[in-house]
This record gives sequence, C-alpha cells and structure tokens, in this order.
Amino acid sequence: MYQAIVFLPLLGAILAGLIALFAARARFPGEAPPPGDDGSQPAHAHAHAATDHAHDHAAHGHDDHGHGPVEPAAAGSRLVELITTTLLAVSMILSWIALAQVGFGGQDVRVPIFDWIVSGDLKIAWALRIDTLTAVMLVVVNSVSCVVHLYSIGYMHEDPYRPRFFGYLSLFTFAMLMLVTSDNLVQMFFGWEGVGLASYLLIGFWYRKPEANAAAIKAFVVNRVGDFGFALGIFALFAMTGAVDFDTVFAQAPALSGKFIDFFGWHADALTLICLLLFMGAMGKSAQFLLHTWLPDAMEGPTPVSALIHAATMVTAGVFMVARLSPLFELAPNAQTFVTFIGATTAIFAATIGLVQNDIKRIVAYSTCSQLGYMFVAMGCGAYSVGMYHLFTHAFFKALLFLGSGSVIHAMHHEQDIRNMGGLKDRIPFTYIVMIIGTLALTGFPLTAGYFSKDAIIEAAYVGKNPMALYAFVCTVAAALLTSFYSWRLIFKTFHGAPHSVKHWKEAHESPMVMLIPLGFLAIGSVLAGLPFKDVFAGQGVEHFFRESLTFAKTNTVLEDLHHVPLHIALLPTVMMVIGFVIAWHFYIRRPDIPVELARQHDFLYRFLLNKWYFDELYDIVFVRPAKWIGHSLWKKGDGWLIDGFGPDGVSARVLDVTRNVVRLQSGYLYHYAFAMLIGAAAFITWFMFSAGTH
Amino acid sequence: MNWPVLSVVTFLPLLGALLVMLMVRGNGPLAKGTARWISMWTTLVTFAVSLVMVYRFDAASAEFQFVEKYEWLLGVSSYHMGVDGISLPFVILTTALMPICILASWTSIQKRVKEYMIAFLVLETLMIGTFSALDLVLFYLFFEGGLIPMFLIIGIWGGQRRVYASFKFFLYTLAGSVLMLLAIMAMYWQAGTTDIPTLLRYNFPAGMQTWCWLAFFASFAVKMPMWPVHTWLPDAHVEAPTAGSVILAAILLKMGGYGFLRFSLPMFPIASHDFTPLVYTMSVVAIIYTSLVALMQEDVKKLIAYSSVAHMGFVTMGIFAANQQGVAGAVFQMISHGIVSGALFLCVGVVYDRMHTREIAFYGGVVTRMPIFAAIFMVFTMANVGLPGTSGFVGEFLTLIGTFKANIPVASLATLGVILSAAYALWLYRKMVYGTLKPALEGIKDIGLREAVIFAPLVILTILFGVAPKPVLDMSAASVTQLLDGYNKAIATKTAATASNPVSVAR
Repeated sequence: MYQAIVFLPLLGAILAGLIALFAARARFPGEAPPPGDDGSQPAHAHAHAATDHAHDHAAHGHDDHGHGPVEPAAAGSRLVELITTTLLAVSMILSWIALAQVGFGGQDVRVPIFDWIVSGDLKIAWALRIDTLTAVMLVVVNSVSCVVHLYSIGYMHEDPYRPRFFGYLSLFTFAMLMLVTSDNLVQMFFGWEGVGLASYLLIGFWYRKPEANAAAIKAFVVNRVGDFGFALGIFALFAMTGAVDFDTVFAQAPALSGKFIDFFGWHADALTLICLLLFMGAMGKSAQFLLHTWLPDAMEGPTPVSALIHAATMVTAGVFMVARLSPLFELAPNAQTFVTFIGATTAIFAATIGLVQNDIKRIVAYSTCSQLGYMFVAMGCGAYSVGMYHLFTHAFFKALLFLGSGSVIHAMHHEQDIRNMGGLKDRIPFTYIVMIIGTLALTGFPLTAGYFSKDAIIEAAYVGKNPMALYAFVCTVAAALLTSFYSWRLIFKTFHGAPHSVKHWKEAHESPMVMLIPLGFLAIGSVLAGLPFKDVFAGQGVEHFFRESLTFAKTNTVLEDLHHVPLHIALLPTVMMVIGFVIAWHFYIRRPDIPVELARQHDFLYRFLLNKWYFDELYDIVFVRPAKWIGHSLWKKGDGWLIDGFGPDGVSARVLDVTRNVVRLQSGYLYHYAFAMLIGAAAFITWFMFSAGTH
Repeated sequence: MNWPVLSVVTFLPLLGALLVMLMVRGNGPLAKGTARWISMWTTLVTFAVSLVMVYRFDAASAEFQFVEKYEWLLGVSSYHMGVDGISLPFVILTTALMPICILASWTSIQKRVKEYMIAFLVLETLMIGTFSALDLVLFYLFFEGGLIPMFLIIGIWGGQRRVYASFKFFLYTLAGSVLMLLAIMAMYWQAGTTDIPTLLRYNFPAGMQTWCWLAFFASFAVKMPMWPVHTWLPDAHVEAPTAGSVILAAILLKMGGYGFLRFSLPMFPIASHDFTPLVYTMSVVAIIYTSLVALMQEDVKKLIAYSSVAHMGFVTMGIFAANQQGVAGAVFQMISHGIVSGALFLCVGVVYDRMHTREIAFYGGVVTRMPIFAAIFMVFTMANVGLPGTSGFVGEFLTLIGTFKANIPVASLATLGVILSAAYALWLYRKMVYGTLKPALEGIKDIGLREAVIFAPLVILTILFGVAPKPVLDMSAASVTQLLDGYNKAIATKTAATASNPVSVAR
C-alpha cells in the first residue's frame, strides 16, 4: 500500500510526460539535420528560409497565462488529466487509511526498496519510513495535491500544454512523497532537490515570459544556497556518526553532545553546528528570513502551483525536517534559539510587507512566509507537534486562499491587482464565501482550524524556555494583528466597495464546478481540521499519537505548560485579530481615504515596505553583480591575460621574439615575474590550507 | 575459453582502421558510406567484446585480471596488459562512447571521412591501451600516442581557430609529458623494472617520491585539467568537431585522474600525502574560479568546457582525500562526467549542426520547435547540476563527503560549487531553450531518429546510475580498498619513523 501511495504519482508523471512529448512531437515533427558543410557555409543560412510567422507572446503584461489562444490543445490532454487526477485520488484515499493505521492504530512501518549508494562504511538505501509524522504529511500532500489536480482541470483548460503541466504536478507530488517518507538524510535530500526541480519547472511553466524564467532560476538557486547548508550538515553528521540513516543517527546523537567540530576557525559544538547547517536548508526551502526572496517571485507560476507547492506542501518541508530531526534539535538548545529567532523575525517581517502589496497572489505569498515563521517558532520552542498542527491546518486554509485567489483571477480574466477589483462579492458569491472562510481560519477566528493551531503556537512561545521565546511571543502577537489587517484588506478591496471597472465587474463570472468542488473541500477542511485534531497535536494525546516520531527531552515541558497559560494571554491573539479587522474595516470600508493619506505622509516607510525592505536590490549589489564581475575578470584577466598571456601565448610569442631578434632576450623577464607571482599565490593559499586543515 | 580478450578489445579498432584504410578508395558517397559503416561495426563489435570482460570480471578481487604478458624491447620492457576495478570502468566507458561518436559524426563530417574514421579508431585503441597497460613504457606510448590523433582531429576537422587550439593543446600536454618521461626513466634506474604491478609494491625513497610525484603531476594536472593549466581545454573544445569534444571531455580528461590513481597515490604515497594541500588548493580554486568564469561565457561549448574543469576539481579533491568515499566517488564522478559532459557536447552538436553557431545569444525559445531535444537537454543539465537521482549527484556527493572527513574547509568551499553550477547551467538552459522563439530559428527541426538513437542510451544510463549506482561502485570497490590500504600503510610507516626519530623532526 505504501509503495502505491508514493509511486502512483510517479507513474502518473511518467505517463503524462510521455504523452506530452508525443503531443509536442506531433506539433513539430523532427528531422535529421542536413549534411554538414564543415563550417564553410555562413551561420544560420537556412534559417531564413523559414516562412511561418513568429508567435510572439512576450507582451502579455499582467496576463497570468503566457500564451495566446492560437495554439490548439495538445493531443491527449483530457486523458492525462484523467490519469493523473485518478491516480492522485487513489493515493489520497490510501493516505487517509495510512494515517488511521499508523497514527491512531500505532503500526509504524519501514518498507525497504533497494540499495542506493554503498561505499565503504557509507550505506544509503531507498526505503519508505511510515510513522505518524510521515502519515500526517502524506495526508496533507496527497489531499492538497489531489484537489489541486482537479482544480487545474478547470483553471488550465485554455492552456495548450496541459499534459506537461499535469506531468510536472505529479512529478512534484512524487518528489514530495519521497521527501516525507525518507528513511535517511540523503533520500530526504533527493526529495528535497526533486521538489526544487519540480518547483523550478512549474514556476517557469509559461516559459515565454521572461519574469517566469527569472523567477524559476531564482527559486532554484536560492534554494541551492540553503541546500549548501543541508549538504554540509549531512557531511558533518556522517563524519561524526558514520551513518546517515535516521535510526543510527538518532541513537548516536546523545553521545555527540560535548564533541566539537572545527569549522573555519570556529571551535563549534558538534550538534549545534550540524543543526544550524541543516536548518539552513530548511530556511531556503521554507523561505525564511534572508532566504525568502524567491517565494514572492515564484508567484509567476500558475496559481494552482502556488497553492500546492508554495503554500501547502513544499515550503513546509523545512518545518517537517526540523520535526523529523527533533532528536537532534532537542540536544542543541542554541540551534533551537536560532530557529525561534528566525521564525519570529520572518513572521513579523513578512507580515509588514504583506500590508502594502497590491498583487493578490503576493499578499497571500507573504502571508505564507509569515505563517511558516509561526511554525518555526513552535519548532524552536520545542513544541514540535504544535508546529505540525499549524502545518496541517495551514495547508487547508492557505491552499483555499490561493485557489480562491485563482478563482478571482480566473473571473477577472487574469487580473491580479486588487486595486483593479472591488465589489466582486455579488458576481462570484461562492468564491467570496470560501475566501471569507479561509480568511477567518488564517486570522484565527474562534473555532476555525487556524484558531487552535495558531493560538497554540503563540502560547508555546509564551511558555517557551529559550532566550528568544519572549521575542517570539511579541513578534507572533504583533504579526497576528498584521495578519488580520492585511487579510481583511484583501477581502475588502477585492469583494467589497465599488468596482474599479464596471465592464470587468460585469464580465466577471463564477468558476466552473470542477474548480468550485476543490474550494468547497478545502473550505470544509479549513473549519474541521482544527478541533478534532487538537488533542493529538497539542493536547494529552500527543505522546500516544506521535510516539517515537517526535522526541521531547525530559526537560521539555512546553506541551504540558500550554494548558496553564493565563487567560489574558490565551485571549490575546483573538483580541489582536479583532483589532486588525476593525482597522481594516475602518480603512477600506468606512474611510478609504485614510490609507492613501497615510501612505503619502509616510512615503519612505511605505516605499520601504512596498519594495520588500529592498532585499532584492541588496542581494543584487552584494552577490549577483560581484559574482558576475569576478567571473568576467577571472575569465578575461585571469585566464586570458595572466595564464594564457604568460603561459602558452607568452611562451610562443617570446619564442618568436627570440627567433626574430636574439639580442632582445631580456623581454622574457616579465613573464618570469608574473609566473612567479602566480606560483607564489598558489603557495600562499596552500600554506593557508595547511594551517586551516591541521589545527 | 582462454583467448586474449583484453588485447582483442584494444586492437580491434586498429584492425578496423586498417580495413578502412585498405578498403576505402576515393571520396565519393559510396566511399564515405563504407568508411562510416566499417567504423560503426568495428566500434560496436569492440563494445560487445568489452562486455564479455564485464561479465567475466571478478569484482571481489582487487588483482589485475585478463592479464597478458610477453617479452618486448630486449627485456627492458614487456607487453603487459591487464585491468582492475579502477581501470575497467574507463575501458567500458571508452568502448561504449565510441559507437555514439561515430554515429554523431555521420552527417556532420563530410570532409576527409576516411581519414577522420581512421583517426578515431586509432584513438580508441590508444585510449583503451592507456587504461589497460601494465608497463610504464607501454603506458607512456599509449598515453602520448593519444595526443596525435586528437591533435589531428582538432587541427583538420575543427572550427575557425583550429590551428591555434590544436597547438595550444599539443604544447600544454607535451610540456607535461616530457617531465613524466624523465620520471619514468628515473624509476627504471631506481627499481630496475618498468613493470607496473612490481612498481606498485616497490618502496621509493621519500626524496625521490617528491620529484617523481611532481613530474607525473605536471603531466596529469594538464590532462585533467587542473587550474591553472586548464586554459587549453576551452579552446580545444570550442574548435573540435562534436565527436572530438565528446572524446576529449569524456575520456581524455579521465586519463589524468586515472594516472593519479594508478601512479601518484600508490607509488608515491608519502609525496602524495605531502602535496595534498597543494592539490586541495588547486581543486577548490578550480571549482570556484571556473564556475564563476562559466557564468559569464557567451559560447555554449566554452561554458560546458569550464564546467568540466570545475567537475574535475571534485575528482582531484576526492582522490587526494584518500578515503573510500573520496576515491570511489572520484572514479564514479569521472564515469558520470564522461556520460553527462559527452552528452552535453552532443546536445550542442545537435543545434550546431542545424544553425552553425555556438553563440548562446543566437538561440532562444528552442523548446517550441524542439520539445524532445529540450527534454533531453534538461536531463543532462540537471545531471550537470548534480541533482539527486542523476549520476552527477552520486559522484559529487561521495567526493564531498569523503573530503569532508579529511578536511572540512576544503569540502565546505567546494560545496559552494553546487550553488554556482546551478546558476550557470540553468542560465544556459534558459537562454537557449526557454523564452520566445527567435525568428531565425523558425525552421529548426527537432531531433531525428539517428540523434534519438544517440541520446537514448545516455539518458537511460544517466538516470540508472543516479538511482542505482551500485554496479559501478561495486566494480571498483575492492581495488579502491586495496589502493587505500597500501597508501595508509605507507603513511603510517612514515609517521612512525618520524616519531621514533625526533632529530629529523627538529631538523
């Protein structure tokens, strides 16, 4: 059964991929190139013989779809939709069964598949590890993926490349399942990079749009920065324990405390260093502060992708990783403090940016970023199950908000700017209602799913014992207010008030049933995913539910303390939510002139937030440009001038000089000096390495 | 069944070359066709015979197998051939890629087809010989002999600046090999034999090890190529015809790494140990420096050439980490790089055959006309980036994890390469394949059947070795273990000697 859960999506992806390739092939049949001419013919001579006109789709501006209606749909589109969606539905049903068996029935399973990398004492095998933590993720991933597949049938119906799209979606699902079922860190890394690949492909799905391509590359490369840390963490763990599989590593972890690793002159506590390096991977994947810049840009991808990958599943992989590695993090309090700090900072930082954004998807994206920060606060405070609780509920309501936004965008013919909307509640009532439900859940309205999980996190921060807990408490409470404000701002500007353009308003249409059913499903989840699961995620049932899949140190009493939080603290988030709502209502319903006036008065602050704290500009100056400049100089100056100039070219030139004029022998002196310089530089670096390596 | 299978594999291509020479007359279409078909069948049969070796190879044994030994050159040297777990993968890589190269040259080479095929077949013999020679003189002949056909391939069938590139290639490699020849002579005078298995057990004095190591290093570092003697490679690649680039990247570069494993590490362990920081430095600089340079390239082939230098940096680093993961990873990385970089150059060949330019800026939006090509190119781009699930990951991962155990700063800096490789590879893919279709490319056609046949095995192997790399790792494991045992013993002996002799430390 577990093999089926994981590999059915892969089967779907492969079938979809083959159909996509056949369909693409049918469009433009291939042909062997003409016989070569050994370069005597001028470049691209026969290219001008082409007669058919250029399909230029670049100038689509705000259009969410990068294609025109000219191209016919690929052959087999309907077949692919049926295959992939059906397979995902089967996977989803099996996942719920798995949760029942594993989570509530207590039957943990390990399914070995076959050996992967075996070299000396390094042994890595493909295997599926199914415990409660995994089962929860299986349910989240497959449920959201299934409804997103279904929704995409409606949302993408105009797109001529649907087989490719569904293939990518299923490929993503497979990689994500490999990630959550991994039995060792390297298989997790496989899934980790696999979802990165799928994300890259899906963000860049409309490959004609330059912004989409740029965003895709940015997502991949920024994630690679995180993966750099992840990989080093794996290496360090292997160097210390001689294993990379979870069971061995966790068993050896207690013996590691008190050991040290020398890392670039830093005499670091081994476990702290390992946890920090691994967490760097989590920061990249979960778009945490400093490595968050790719997530808003990722909104260039189709909206169902944003819902699946950039809200419900992939971005939560970092949270899952910390939960999975709880036996390590419990032993590294300094690393936990850092996790708390980053999480809290992200929660408040992303919320401030969300306040002023105008693109409906970007608001939701920053909201995701902020909510992920909440989850990390829980992880950092040692309340792993609470973080997982928020991950679980968040998947439903955030996917709902994204798909709802997609429905709005669909209704508005690919308009994404909320300033150009307004009054839509009468035109698309169903979407309006589910968006309200999603917003209530996100802002933590009593008895919705988000209410239980989010309040639990804020309370965990209150009772948390690490030095950053108070900071985290303040940040999360403040972020709760901001969340409520920007969420209601989105609702009011989109659905209430006067329509921006009467013509567009009149043309707005409710989405087809195939899109509304997923919305309904997620809306139900946004309400019901909370209370029934409260006990097993944040109550007395945690230990029985999660068993060995989460580790709590003996000194870790966060979950117990949660029940003894004073009433005024417990009520605080709800108060914040109400204040946020009232301000939003005052600003955008009662007195719409106030925000305009505020923005004018605090022009600097407004632009600072609107431009996302200028992180993109900063990174461009600090990393991107220097890298390009250094690359260019190394190429032209290093390779061209220095090595070639004084190496082969210089030698041959000198030899020619010598043969021309034997008297001018001393002209060779310069290259001697330069070569000596080069060797000297190498010697210096060698000496540095020597001293760095031996201490 | 006691026929000399290794010699058959080695000299079959030479026989094929002879056949081409004798049977092909003139320069008409018929003659061209005959030359192609003879070469095709020769390389296919060679590959088939080499698979017999895989079948009969005993992976549990670290000894040389399929050994043949005959007296030669008045007893100074002997014709001594054999393979172990380190060399056999390279022999197979060579025989497997050769038919692909012939097929890739099928239509793109129209000038002097007969001579072209002869050059390739002779080159194959010399390459297989290099990997299976068990005598220093024999090794030297094969190793240096390989220079000549490659020099001709670049110089005759190359692009615009082919003469410059071929001479640069020749000068660089020759400079290194002169020193190696001196070292070989010194070793003969010292040990009285050129027999490699005997030399592997011989203990060279520490002082001599240093000089011999440096001399061999000069040759292998150029071949590898290591920074800063890498600048011949981009030029050679750019000017070489597609199949020439494939052979260059896939096999000739591996001779350096093979040399380190066959000579430097086992014969001069103390010197290897002493020079490890130098190799680390050059490797790390290579990885970061050439990745940054690759980022700014305007020529497709140059970009891939620079990325090759970076990948070879992982290999040298892994070899000198001198532990199981590092060395096994280096062997695997070389095999994987042989497949992946070879395939990437073939991809460039596909568009070059159609458009006759390698300028990145000329291309754009190719995916709309060449979807199958785009998918294939994506697979190899990802393998080049080292995505888990492709063969590129396994080698990179093993060399890095091995190096991390040996030296943390080196491994950490080298890991930076994974960020940079993503940047340049994806940038290249975006510029060429994604975007709006350039008007000049309207008429471009997707790959045909012949090209599909070329790529199919490479795609399969890239993914197969990424998911199940065990066959390759198992093949080399025993030999790698034996190599490292000898190495570690020598280091331990030396350390013990220095410890018991405090005077030498003080000095």
